[in-house]
Amino acid sequence: MTFELETAANPENLKRVVIEPVTRVEGHGKVTLLLDEDNRIHQARFHIVEFRGFEKFIQGRPYTEVPVLVQRLCGICPVSHHLAASKAMDMIIGAQLTPSAEKLRRLMHFGQVMQSHALHFFYLASPDLLFGFDSEIATRNIVGVAAAYPEIARQGVALRKYGQEVIRLTAGKRIHGTGAIPGGVNKNLTLAERDFLLKDIEQMIVWSQGAVDLIKKIYCERPEFHNGFGYYRSSFMSLVRPDGALDLYHGGLRARDEHDQDIFDHLDYGHYWDYVHEEVKPWSYMKFPFIRSRGREEGWYRVGPLARVNNCDFIPTPLAEVERRIFKAFDGGSATQATLAYHWTRMIEMLHCAEGIQDLLHDDDLLGDDLLSQGERALRGVGVIEAPRGTLIHHYRINEDEQIVRANLIVSTTHNNQAMNEAVRQVALQYLDGKELTEGLLNHIEVAIRAFDPCLSCATHAVGKMPLEVELIDAEGKEIDRLVRNSSGACGV
Amino acid sequence: MIAPLLIFAYGNPSRGDDALGPMLLERLETLNLPEVELLTDFQLQVEHAIDLQGRERVLFIDASVSCPPPFVLSRLAAAKDSSFSSHAMSPRAVLQAYHELYGEAPRAWLLAVRGETFELGEPLSTAAAAYLEQAFALLQKLCASPSHEAWDQFIMPPTQNP
Repeated sequence: MTFELETAANPENLKRVVIEPVTRVEGHGKVTLLLDEDNRIHQARFHIVEFRGFEKFIQGRPYTEVPVLVQRLCGICPVSHHLAASKAMDMIIGAQLTPSAEKLRRLMHFGQVMQSHALHFFYLASPDLLFGFDSEIATRNIVGVAAAYPEIARQGVALRKYGQEVIRLTAGKRIHGTGAIPGGVNKNLTLAERDFLLKDIEQMIVWSQGAVDLIKKIYCERPEFHNGFGYYRSSFMSLVRPDGALDLYHGGLRARDEHDQDIFDHLDYGHYWDYVHEEVKPWSYMKFPFIRSRGREEGWYRVGPLARVNNCDFIPTPLAEVERRIFKAFDGGSATQATLAYHWTRMIEMLHCAEGIQDLLHDDDLLGDDLLSQGERALRGVGVIEAPRGTLIHHYRINEDEQIVRANLIVSTTHNNQAMNEAVRQVALQYLDGKELTEGLLNHIEVAIRAFDPCLSCATHAVGKMPLEVELIDAEGKEIDRLVRNSSGACGV
Repeated sequence: MIAPLLIFAYGNPSRGDDALGPMLLERLETLNLPEVELLTDFQLQVEHAIDLQGRERVLFIDASVSCPPPFVLSRLAAAKDSSFSSHAMSPRAVLQAYHELYGEAPRAWLLAVRGETFELGEPLSTAAAAYLEQAFALLQKLCASPSHEAWDQFIMPPTQNP
């Protein structure tokens, strides 16, 4: 693990390429490459704008409002923030959730992960995977997929919609739901709601299995290419259940190094700061977390589907567990560190979510009325869940008036900050170094970033914003070339 | 029974003028309009194509940093654009997805209301509050108008007529 290409030795003599914003990721991201006259890469960085302003936004608010307020941070994963904040508030009021409350939250979370994974795979990743990373840009999108593979596109929409329906029925509303509250949930499932979800779940499992089969087929058709694309080894971190099972909602923290050896295991996340530190770098708004015991240079890690599937000892639903074993055994384990294996493991998790939803829908605790609990108060609360993109930490302090005085969030994309930069550097070296830059080559960099499905927390959108702009600037800062992706999806100068 | 008119407003209520769409929808809810379904979300995505099924008309409402104040009403045609490659699709792209997946999309319009500030935690700006009132007056007229042709008469500026 090195920081090669993070900082060039002589940046003043190099030309700069900027990819801004990175498309098919949430929010706003930018890649800068510094090249010499022969187009050799000397520096590659991925910059992200973080949750600036969140602490101010939340300060002074009653803690009871937080699970609803945090949903407005992000239009893509509001349920993840809703649940992580609710878990932190559980700690503040000393609650031990009732079985009904915990299972209803788990159901909501399965719905969230399922819809998020479906969107990412079918709509953001599949155009690259089905058509090729440097294929014709006009068709390298979901419309192209719908035209060439209409059934795949329809299944993607239906899976996404089903996950949203699970959220609607557990959160009470389609968006801005209030389902989880400090100490539990405020509604159960009615019999009619349960039956509504039950009638389609078998189909969702079949389609999820089909999605695993599809990515497996794509991956295995060119194993060397997919294993080698942006390849590097790293540590992984995720929650695991006490028995080592994959658990997206709750558990202890497990970190394993690049040789699959434990760094720590079953840690109580209530004191995460003893194990994970955050470093600030002058060239990025976003912090760089690292595992304290391994230090700044060696302590960075990956989170998300690849980390979770690698870290767990088993997946507690049968079909997904079969797929986990196939993944781990593939080509002697060669895919377990591959950047593009995020897609494979993401689909294994989607299958697990569909199976998990089915299991829960047959559990009568979902219809129960014992939904709330509380205990001894505390002034600090930490909530951690495995969000679709990885480990999500919410940490709050309140005062005696029950108002928020401090908040700290470490989102999945922040955990993956160094890892995404590493992927960008590897791809830059593999595919761009010494070559004339084209849209297809630059898309290789975006493909590496998209594998992590970064969510850059920008629910604001506005009509008329330009999606992609690449500038080539010489050493004096003068623009010498500009590439713009226009509204039809084509590129022009 | 599917309501023949869908009004779909999108935006983040906690990001300043991005709340224009959801706030207009809240105002419409108070009118208890018959045969109208009101839906809102942070941003448009492909599954919203499903919400369009069975409609005669669809009106999208969004805040815009680039439209002239106070608002612009325009007809929408399905179109491929680069929003297909993001987590937030344009209404034209949602119509195109509908077309690809289910056939001819319902007639659709976009009411873009001018927004000035979009910072997290900021309230609606003074200017946007005035635009909201003007846009709400238009919405009441639209909801009282029975035909596509009547809606088209409200399109402005006229150059945006199909």
